[in-house]
Amino acid sequence: MSELAADEALPEPPRDIVPAALPIVLALVMLPLSGSASSWVTLTVASLAMGMMIFIMASGLTLVFGLMDVLNFGHGAFIAVGAYVATLAFGPLAAWMQSDSLLDNLAALLPAGLLAMAVSGALGAVFERVLILPVYGQHLKQILITMGGLIVAEQSLYALWGPQQIPLPLPGALRGSFILGDIAIAKYRVLAMVVGLVVFVGTLLVLNRTKVGLLIRAGVENREMVEALGYRVRRLFLGVFMVGSALAGLGGVMWGLYREQIHASMGGDLMILIFIVVIIGGLGSVTGCFIGAILVAMVANYGGFLLPKLALVSNILLMVAILMWRPRGLYPVTNR
Amino acid sequence: MMILSGDPPRSRVLSALLIVIVALLALAPFLFPGAKPLNVATKICVFAALVASYDLLLGYTGTVSFAHTMFYGIGSYGIAIALYTLGPTWTAVGAGLACGLPLAVLLALAIGLFSLRVQAIFFAMITLAVASAFLVLASQLSGLTGGEDGRSFQLPELLRPGTVFAKGVFGITVSGRTLTYYIVFVGAAAMILALLRVVNSPFGRVLQAIRENRFRAEALGYRTVFHLTLANCIAALVAAFAGALNALWLRYAGPDTSLAFSIMLDILLMVVIGGMGTIYGAIIGAVIFILAQNYLQALMGLASSAAADAGLPLLPGLLHPDRWLLWLGLLFIASVYFFPTGVVGRLRGAARQ
Repeated sequence: MSELAADEALPEPPRDIVPAALPIVLALVMLPLSGSASSWVTLTVASLAMGMMIFIMASGLTLVFGLMDVLNFGHGAFIAVGAYVATLAFGPLAAWMQSDSLLDNLAALLPAGLLAMAVSGALGAVFERVLILPVYGQHLKQILITMGGLIVAEQSLYALWGPQQIPLPLPGALRGSFILGDIAIAKYRVLAMVVGLVVFVGTLLVLNRTKVGLLIRAGVENREMVEALGYRVRRLFLGVFMVGSALAGLGGVMWGLYREQIHASMGGDLMILIFIVVIIGGLGSVTGCFIGAILVAMVANYGGFLLPKLALVSNILLMVAILMWRPRGLYPVTNR
Repeated sequence: MMILSGDPPRSRVLSALLIVIVALLALAPFLFPGAKPLNVATKICVFAALVASYDLLLGYTGTVSFAHTMFYGIGSYGIAIALYTLGPTWTAVGAGLACGLPLAVLLALAIGLFSLRVQAIFFAMITLAVASAFLVLASQLSGLTGGEDGRSFQLPELLRPGTVFAKGVFGITVSGRTLTYYIVFVGAAAMILALLRVVNSPFGRVLQAIRENRFRAEALGYRTVFHLTLANCIAALVAAFAGALNALWLRYAGPDTSLAFSIMLDILLMVVIGGMGTIYGAIIGAVIFILAQNYLQALMGLASSAAADAGLPLLPGLLHPDRWLLWLGLLFIASVYFFPTGVVGRLRGAARQ
């Protein structure tokens, strides 16, 4: 290794672009297989939209694990709670929801999303203080306790809203598709992609361009050292946990609108998908989580199109393949 | 002492409880004739063995697996599919076991080799994903498994309720059903004793060493992945056998009775309530939990309608029998916090003082 002069810039860490190229390669491989350009565009947009929504839900989980070594099996609770809380806001805003003007629709969606995020975030704070705080550093108990938290949250939703599925119709202007020639792109998917990209870019900017982000990244790398420098990592962690829960709540609303119905067990069901995404991406990595989410969504959509039977286990196969290649995920961050 | 592998209950209260439980279960067909009590007794036997095998993983190696119901389901479906396709013969029972048990062990081996090298949390997530994929497969491949409806089947002649061996023995009819019950009882007892043997062997000691400090165990020269994978395989084998016994009793295997995620939660609860890392805890946990599940829900129904009559808000919903998992979840969290050693740990602790 050569010595660095004092005024020389630090060497750039090598950029690892192979994982980032994977979704692009996958999409290109799919191009000849999908039969026609229009079905390829539809499938790719569908996977990107689904991937963005999964990313919104999963990003909090991966950061929380990276920062504090806490794997929250109850993360799905925030997804379901967010979706249910949003229905409370949709009730009084029904007129705006049914209107055909996009502005009216957004005026209804925005407060509903914000309310869902606020309630999920607050619930996240309670969850962290009451359930997780006493069991830091004890993986076994963490898994059991957060699992218990998920059950309690899910059952409380059942008790409050009843066991039936609640329909969550899309607002008027977001129904249907944009038609370009013979290509149809569902309008809501475009919105989902935009929101997902905003969240992704926002997260990256906060992590890479602000002091809080610097502290979070340092905490992921080495928590004790940050603590030794006098920063309260616990408080930082509570903040990250709340933001992660709020994002999960937002993801829940978006997923509910995507499926046009919500159910109290949706959190638990999505948890499995989210775990796969987080494992594929590398625990603790936001970029990895983003790529993992898009890969999972692509494999689900493309797989469902080519071999419907295979789609049932495609996620597992993808996970196995990725872990064979990189046993710690695409972008391993932590040294744990 | 020999039969308990030198690991006695170590508490008078616990010994007395276990003796009472085993005696009641052994005489159940004579003491509690009737369909429901016998169903409860069978379920206790099956789950005691299933939970004991899960305890080998959770309590002795400290790994959390969410795929235990998958192995249980493989055992169940093995018997069900074999008896459904080959007809009600003993050969079919043998074929079901010969397919189901090795399949469970092989799958456990694959999962173990694949994911036990890294930390516990990773294993928990991967087993959760694999188990959910298996559940989807079982309900989608309806040609083989019967889909959501599951498979009902006929038992061999000897085990049918219509086969009467003797009438009026202590006032009850000894039928094929009684014989099935005793097969389940003896099978479950044998599995629990075998697991006691496993955990008290040198192998079991290594597992505990890995649980306490994996790095140190590895430094002492034990191949931890080998030990963890073997423990996973043993647990899967016992779970599959318990599943087979359950299918024999129910004459049915379906997603809800053998693969559902709620069963996984039940198992977790029974281990935690009974006491992790004790094996005996499995018996105590299964008895408490299954009795509560079968008789407490009726009470909740009564309380719920009483609250509805009294016009209280919210309470009827919270106390509805279907919401019983809510209280279970709260109990689960509370027992992990305040009661981490479970009933058996408490009793042993009291005996030591």
